[in-house]
Amino acid sequence: MTTTKVRPKLAVYKFASCDGCQLSLLDCEDELLAVAGEVEIANFPEASRAIQEGPYDVALVEGSITTPHDAERIQQVRKDAKFVVTIGACATAGGIQALRNFKDVKEFISLVYAKPAYISTLTTSTAIADHITVDFELRGCPVNKYQLLELISALLAGRKPNIPTHSVCVECKRRGTVCVMVAHGTMCLGPVTQAGCGAICPSYTRGCYGCFGPKEIPNTGSLSSWLKKEGQDNGQLLRAFRGFNANAEPFRKESERHE
Amino acid sequence: MSERTLKVDYLARVEGEGAMFVKIKDDKVQDIKLKIFEPPRFFEAFLRGRDFREAPDITARICGICPIAYLLGASYAMEDACGVTVTGQLRELRRLVYCGEWIESHILHMAMLHAPDFLGYQDAIEMAKDHPDVVKNALRLKKIGNDIMIILGGREIHPINLCVGGFYKVPQKRELTVMLDELKWGRDAMLGLIKLITTFPMPDFTQDYEFIALQHPNEYAIIEGKLVSNKGLDIPLSGYDAALEESHVEHSTSLHTHVKGRGTAHVGPLARYSLNFHKLTPLCQKVAREAGLGETCSNPFQSILVRGIEVLYAFEESIRIIEQYEPPEKSRVEVKPKAGTGYGCTEAPRGICYHRYTIDDKGIITDAKIVSPTAVNQPTIEKDLWDFVAPNVKMDDEKLQWHCEQAIRNYDPCISCSCHFLKLTVDRS
Repeated sequence: MTTTKVRPKLAVYKFASCDGCQLSLLDCEDELLAVAGEVEIANFPEASRAIQEGPYDVALVEGSITTPHDAERIQQVRKDAKFVVTIGACATAGGIQALRNFKDVKEFISLVYAKPAYISTLTTSTAIADHITVDFELRGCPVNKYQLLELISALLAGRKPNIPTHSVCVECKRRGTVCVMVAHGTMCLGPVTQAGCGAICPSYTRGCYGCFGPKEIPNTGSLSSWLKKEGQDNGQLLRAFRGFNANAEPFRKESERHE
Repeated sequence: MSERTLKVDYLARVEGEGAMFVKIKDDKVQDIKLKIFEPPRFFEAFLRGRDFREAPDITARICGICPIAYLLGASYAMEDACGVTVTGQLRELRRLVYCGEWIESHILHMAMLHAPDFLGYQDAIEMAKDHPDVVKNALRLKKIGNDIMIILGGREIHPINLCVGGFYKVPQKRELTVMLDELKWGRDAMLGLIKLITTFPMPDFTQDYEFIALQHPNEYAIIEGKLVSNKGLDIPLSGYDAALEESHVEHSTSLHTHVKGRGTAHVGPLARYSLNFHKLTPLCQKVAREAGLGETCSNPFQSILVRGIEVLYAFEESIRIIEQYEPPEKSRVEVKPKAGTGYGCTEAPRGICYHRYTIDDKGIITDAKIVSPTAVNQPTIEKDLWDFVAPNVKMDDEKLQWHCEQAIRNYDPCISCSCHFLKLTVDRS
């Protein structure tokens, strides 16, 4: 007797973003065909013309909410999907485009576009969770593809994804990277940034620039005072925290302390 | 009186959000628009007030598919402003990491986004059921490109190891030589893939384009050169703004670029190939001729073939760079800020990507301008659609729509980039 396997239906959505996080799925060269065998890729316009109607079992959402239209569109995504998982710094914190939240967006429009009347945009760039209930958030600018595969595997198995929330420092210690801050005085956001990238930057002698956003309970104030002792000024600290996760609350508050 | 409208509200197999609208009345095309509704992200605005060393990493976030174009374009512009030139092995490593991006991006587009059009599949995964070896080989080829990005950049999307002046850390020779066997396999596999593409049905459709690309006296230009065209343009990068202008149209959050006094331009693989054919390696030239290509190519549907030639080139160039590589003493040239304006332009997989920044004496950015290749190609894509639909209006809607989508995908348009853009609507009202 043969049984037909019912595969969960996957949808991938894009809001304001660079495409990099959904590209992570296509970058799983060794695993892509296996993934496609386990889940039904039902709505993924970047990869396929064939679009199936919802509902979907899992929606992966990339990008932040920056336009009135997108603020409405995300509501439908929630209605159509059992699990909504946001992927990447834009979807989980508003992304680099959230730098508008600290400035006058009208001035921004006139700087880039000759006819501002054609542009419809919100004054802020915000995380998906600010608009709908999100079931799981995957951090990173971009997300780590192995974390993405772990997430998909966990959802298939009906278990919680094993995504640590400790700091990048733990990953440096594990891979045996000499601390760039202690050894070279290099500014590093590793102590306050969530792990997941594999601590790449320090392994290239560069300080972490916080692309995975704040770790669980980060002590940003303490890190700032250490960095000041290493010679960083307020401008540098402001810019350090106001990066790809500028609108994540702990980083936003810390950057405001250095205005 | 018969009117019909073809509408594609969300174009598939392109990077980013765009739509197409075609209006036909009494078998005459009334209107064609390539709509870009990617939300605007205002990079040029929020770069103001940032440190000049931050521009490469920030602008990389314009596009997850071609971050090297932004990392390097911004770095070159800053080095230009500060009077620094990066030479020798550091320059070779920049070409190598760019070859990685060309391989990854071109193969993604050729095999996974464009080939299904020619063979009549909705996507690469459906195609894989009938042509498993083609898709498996393509994934392996793509992975080689990504492996170059990982070794030199730390990761394939938004690499972290590139900076103004060079790299944070340079690889040891053996870290690169371990890739040689796989690169040689890739070079040979490309010969097979190119041969397969020559069997694809190609619409007979040639256009009179103004091709614009970088040109360099010693090499197939990727990272440096002057800007030239087949219609007389020959300028240094600093002449870009005087020669090309941007306009803002209602149906797009991407600005449209035109050559002043002439009209639309075409950038990307066809432009590079047609302007710089003689800088390709002897093997690339031979394979191109055997595939039926001339020294120039003006049929946008053949872009998939030209991308194949460029990937072959990128494999050969990667092998050359690795075989001659000796690690430089320093991983980067020191760059001290100097008040002024700098220009950078590199050949992203989709064509020239232009950067201009003004910085103050402390290195703080006071002005920024970035033009992505799709911004230049968008009006050209619309013109292609006009010229393609007009003689083919009798085609049924489904077939016409698919061909129009294919005509757009010829450009591998990167909509995320152009806003810093796709959807199809055919209105036969």
